Amino acid sequence: MNTPVLDKRETAMNTPILEMRNITKTFPGVKALSDVTFQVAQGEIHSLCGENGAGKSTLMKVLSGVYPFGEYSGDIVFNGTVQKFGTISDSEEVGIAIIYQELALIPDMTVYENIFLGNEIKTNGFMIDWNETIKRASAALKKVKLNVNPATKIKDLGVGKQQLVEIAKALSKNVKVLILDEPTAALNEDDSKNLLNLMRDLRNNGITCIIISHKLKEVVDIADSVTILRDGQTVCTLSAKKGEVTEHDLIKHMVGREIDNIYPKREHKGSDEIVLEVKNWNAYDPNIGRNILKNMNFNIKKGEIVGFAGLMGAGRTELAKSIFGNPDGYKINGEMRVKNKNVNFSHSQQAIASGLAYVSEDRKGNGLILMQDIKQNITLANLGAISNQLGVVDGNAEVKIANEYRISINIKTPSVEQLVSNLSGGNQQKVSVAKWLFTKPNVLILDEPTRGIDVGAKYEIYTLMNKLVEQGMSIIMISSELPEVLGMSDRIYVVSEGRIAGELPIEKATQENIMQLATS
Amino acid sequence: MSFTQNLQKVLRENIREYGMYIALFIIFAIFTVTTKGVFISSRNMANLLNQTGYIAVLAVGMTLVIVIRHIDLSVGFMAGFLGAVAAIAMKSGTPAIVVIPVVMALGVLGGLITAFPVARLGVPSFVASLAGFLIYRGLILMVTMGTGTIIIADPFFNAIGNGYIPDIPIGILPGVHKVTLMLGLIAIGLFIYSELNSRKQKEAYNFEVLTRDIFILKLIFVSALIAAVTWVLAGYNGLSWTVVIVLIVVAVYHFITTQTVLGRHIYAVGGNPEAAKLSGINVNRIIFMVFGSMGMLTALSGILFASRLKSATTTAGTLFELDAIAAAYVGGVSAAGGVGKVTGSIIGALVMMSLVSGMNLMSIDISMQYVVRGLVLAAAVIFDVMTRSSGK
Repeated sequence: MNTPVLDKRETAMNTPILEMRNITKTFPGVKALSDVTFQVAQGEIHSLCGENGAGKSTLMKVLSGVYPFGEYSGDIVFNGTVQKFGTISDSEEVGIAIIYQELALIPDMTVYENIFLGNEIKTNGFMIDWNETIKRASAALKKVKLNVNPATKIKDLGVGKQQLVEIAKALSKNVKVLILDEPTAALNEDDSKNLLNLMRDLRNNGITCIIISHKLKEVVDIADSVTILRDGQTVCTLSAKKGEVTEHDLIKHMVGREIDNIYPKREHKGSDEIVLEVKNWNAYDPNIGRNILKNMNFNIKKGEIVGFAGLMGAGRTELAKSIFGNPDGYKINGEMRVKNKNVNFSHSQQAIASGLAYVSEDRKGNGLILMQDIKQNITLANLGAISNQLGVVDGNAEVKIANEYRISINIKTPSVEQLVSNLSGGNQQKVSVAKWLFTKPNVLILDEPTRGIDVGAKYEIYTLMNKLVEQGMSIIMISSELPEVLGMSDRIYVVSEGRIAGELPIEKATQENIMQLATS
Repeated sequence: MSFTQNLQKVLRENIREYGMYIALFIIFAIFTVTTKGVFISSRNMANLLNQTGYIAVLAVGMTLVIVIRHIDLSVGFMAGFLGAVAAIAMKSGTPAIVVIPVVMALGVLGGLITAFPVARLGVPSFVASLAGFLIYRGLILMVTMGTGTIIIADPFFNAIGNGYIPDIPIGILPGVHKVTLMLGLIAIGLFIYSELNSRKQKEAYNFEVLTRDIFILKLIFVSALIAAVTWVLAGYNGLSWTVVIVLIVVAVYHFITTQTVLGRHIYAVGGNPEAAKLSGINVNRIIFMVFGSMGMLTALSGILFASRLKSATTTAGTLFELDAIAAAYVGGVSAAGGVGKVTGSIIGALVMMSLVSGMNLMSIDISMQYVVRGLVLAAAVIFDVMTRSSGK
């Protein structure tokens, strides 16, 4: 390791305001944090880096009391005393505030109402003192250099200004440590620059900032020190003042692990037959008023697994939904061809009929119907195949088909009449996959196919994927796990901020160059 | 496991499903004691079932509306209004055989009108149907303004709410309705046959089935229940046309909800609209169909009520919607959507109407009746929520 590690004497000079010692946090079946140590000096900007799933958010949730004392092991030392936060307000009490990527403001309330929400200034103990509220809100806005009327409604402000209101809200509570989770993810260039400058100001006024960011350029630019997490463990803490660290150093530490040998081998043999082609694909989301997909071009060939790599929020799920009948109602501009025929889907039904299938990222949210049993979930997208002309479902055929999938993809359950809510994550995912295989697709889109499932089930899903492409199916695999992308794909597209940032054949793809494109 | 252990296990696992049957049984037992047997008499039972009819058909439609996470408050006054439309049409000489299908079609149209802002514009169904509630209230007053109560003279129409199926005039068993008894026996036969059949199939697939003794107990219990109801009804005038209509409605809706693609789609939309959409289901179409069916059953409810009173009144339909919603919730429909059976809602309707009938016989004041009905509704839903959360 040739990068300078923050040495002990230096740490001793800058007294740590915050120390997290040997933090371990487990979820059922997963060790999210394992013996993590994290030290932040008074008055610095400290960046927390790591791949998706490295444990950054979990660590910050432990710190802010979302996971209360007792649900983790280890110590949080703040200002020299061990803290036992039971709730978020406990951590706010001592001066730790966290600002999430999804802002927690109420759109229909004014700026000043939002700033003092839950922290109202009262006279006589029960009446809100609106004049004092507005006065103090103005002062807080001045501190974040936001020049808006405090009586403006939040929904009338842009995302960048909303973010500043959030910071003003934190400042109004006398924050000492401000944590920002991906603060610039939704901001444009100018707003990002403003925000970073504000952070420098805050630091110069003695407020310690912790910033979680995937934009490594920003990290190099602004951070005084960087802590890198990988697989729930601390890799190292680097001093990052005056260009001591480069993006390349960070990436190396973030991905620096060997690809585990859990990916079943398969010969990469592409065919030239293009089954799905998307050209100049643009999508505008009217709900958030933003272009979410910009001029994307890609194609999928018969019998290959194409990985779509990128960071969370890069627009991959949106892309999948936009080509799968556009259920969220984006305004789409572009061309799509399935098996050399131009198509224009206005409903998922048409996408299914054209041989597309989409196993969604969020199994519980929009994949499965938890209160129904396995067989009902498996047949839902293709009930036509087991019913007569009058639409009467053949219950025996349904059981037979469900049982076939139960056996062929090894869904572990006593019977196919088991409710899906009673299954483990891995088995739920298998039901989800079975449901879409039953629609007999040519192109199967798998969105984060192994998220939250154990290694054994992962291996089974990978084996199944290989079997399917052997049979001539094409698979689009959206995955945020680099080893998975590298281990399974024949070809990789890297998506960044709604664009295709690059295409890599598997022979040339490495964790480093994917990361480089994803953070570009 | 011993028989009693098995029985306990089955009851515990299915407490939610059996809960309302048990509640109905307890209510019947209490009223039978407090009214010294009048409640359980043939005459009162026949009356009770006829009274339940117009709420029961609404409850069936409302079940599906609530399953897809919506509500329809307009059904009460819409039923009243369509009843008045039927009465006016017959007064002007249109035969009932024409009026009934036309009014049902109008009901479908009314339901689709309620569905339009809900499905197309995203208006909450509570608000859209509340607007309908006010509009139909106004329309009833408008059409009955000149005449007040409109008397219906058509005997065919009035038989729907008051008549009974005919009997064969043979000498045996005087005072007992033979056709009703026969139908009861057929029902028992069909029940046993279908239970045996489904058990055989489940065994073929190695599904878990009830143990043999519990299964036999279930067959005996349900058969005895059907026999008892049949015997009680046969002792008066036999099956009423209202009960026949309700049974047909329940049979058709039970079939649709449990055996058809449409039924699957309805429950999928209720269980997880996002997943349903991604599975290629046209969610808007389902909303239109469910509200359309609600409208049709609303018309049927209006016809049953007008026929029963042999007239259309200015207040017809008042509170029907709340009775139907209460019946659905008592019958185990989940407010979160996706869960609920039409058969459950029928039992729910019976529970609510039994309370009315029983308390009327006991001459309990109407004020107290409302309080009791409210408490029973609350208890049913609390029971449902608690068994739901502990069941997982």
